[in-house]
Amino acid sequence: MKTEKTLYRSSGLWRQCAVFSLSIMASLLCGVLNAEVLHEEKSLYRNIFVTEEGGRRCLMFNAVRGERNQTCMNVRNPKEFVFHYARMTMAGLLVNPNPEHILIAGLGGGTLPTALHELYPNATIDILEIDQAVVNVAKNFFYFEENEQVKTHVVDARVFVKRAGLEGKKYDFIVLDAFTGEYIPEHLMTQEFLQEVKAILTPDGVVVANTFSSSRLYDHESETYRAVFGDFFNLKMSGSGNRVIIAQQKPLPNQGELKANAQPLYEPLRPFGVEILEFPARMGTRPDWDQTRRVLTDQFSPANLLGR
Amino acid sequence: MTEPRKNLLMQNVIVVSAFLNGFVIMTIELLGGRVLSPYFGTSVYVWGSIITIFMLSLSLGYLWGGRLSSRTPDPRVYASFFGLSALLSLPVIFFSEWTMTQVFLAIEDPRYGSLIAATALYFLPICLMGMVSPYSIRLLVSSEEHSGRMAGLLYFVSTLGSALGTLLTSFYFVLWFEIDTIMWGAIGALLLCGASVMLVHRLSIGATTGELHDEN
Repeated sequence: MKTEKTLYRSSGLWRQCAVFSLSIMASLLCGVLNAEVLHEEKSLYRNIFVTEEGGRRCLMFNAVRGERNQTCMNVRNPKEFVFHYARMTMAGLLVNPNPEHILIAGLGGGTLPTALHELYPNATIDILEIDQAVVNVAKNFFYFEENEQVKTHVVDARVFVKRAGLEGKKYDFIVLDAFTGEYIPEHLMTQEFLQEVKAILTPDGVVVANTFSSSRLYDHESETYRAVFGDFFNLKMSGSGNRVIIAQQKPLPNQGELKANAQPLYEPLRPFGVEILEFPARMGTRPDWDQTRRVLTDQFSPANLLGR
Repeated sequence: MTEPRKNLLMQNVIVVSAFLNGFVIMTIELLGGRVLSPYFGTSVYVWGSIITIFMLSLSLGYLWGGRLSSRTPDPRVYASFFGLSALLSLPVIFFSEWTMTQVFLAIEDPRYGSLIAATALYFLPICLMGMVSPYSIRLLVSSEEHSGRMAGLLYFVSTLGSALGTLLTSFYFVLWFEIDTIMWGAIGALLLCGASVMLVHRLSIGATTGELHDEN
């Protein structure tokens, strides 16, 4: 008798679990389905979705796992940066306010190169994107355009940077934004890669990296950047899971210089929704991570395992 | 009485060696992706290159290993496969950067670059590791009716080894060790297999001659 009851109870528990997990799955699915799917594309690397909901158009990778927006665009105001991390990337301009040769690793919807091209029409912009399908989607759905100044290269960032170093190319504004949040390209997080990046950086140039602020990886990554660049600005905003690293070869500017650089940028950046004046105060160099963590190298870079 | 027991010991050593051989092949293959990525990236074709070269090396290794075994199978030849593959794996540790730099400078397209680099680094050692499988079967098989069963056992242990090698390397080894350290472990395992085969072979010869002496 007793066993029967336990059995019954446990089957009830199972049923509850099943109902619970089904409802989670259903709500995840609805999250995707509620938004209109404008376009769906399977590439060599991932499934790409373009969705639109409430005037917000988003590029998503592997939508089944829930909300994983890569880039979003306000359809009524395509210029505006929807996400914090995109706005935070512009803080790199406080360190180098007049970029002439820009390199961006990771295209997404192309909002960043579009903005930089509008702000600096004479600057050359090289964009590295591993996935041709992402380039197509950016062009067809996010108003991304190539021209004389703006060029995309369908290539692995590591390969391009290494060859650029051999050819003696230099950039004064380098954005590393090749992280999808789901899978981290481990060879783009190592000390050796950052040294290759440093080698193509002009003396006044700046590296802006959009990375993670949670998980054990934060410590390892911070130590790796410090090993290559020394002190760097660590920009974080409440309400964003990202942090932006801003590094330079020469000593970093002080608060006064950052604020002075922010003033003339305020008006040009306003249409993009970037409140540049907020940034200087949030740009600190004090380590807030475990400094005993190992530097990531080509020999040791289990970034995806550390990111769990 | 002692003869079958010695045989049994040798059989066990062969089965364990085939297991470790399968393990090491996949460990090296998985690390191959990491070795090549600083020069050729992690695009899908880099994995394509690595898998192609591993499959090709193994297939030729099977062919040649099988041919070598057909006349008089010799455990010393079998042991030498392990020793040689360990030796030929050393360039992955010592010359991979140099090799890949040369390829990177000579070939711009990372598809062919990764294919050439994978060939240069992995073709020879993996070929020799492929030769282990058919030769193991030949050494294990004592009668025709046994052959299917022994082949089945050998596929089982070596593929099981491959599965475990893949799992442990990708889940844990890369988290605990540097790539070169894991490569040294693989080389050590190969040497251990070769040495064990030689040792058991010596023992069984010693035992046989000893018995002959007693009978006289």
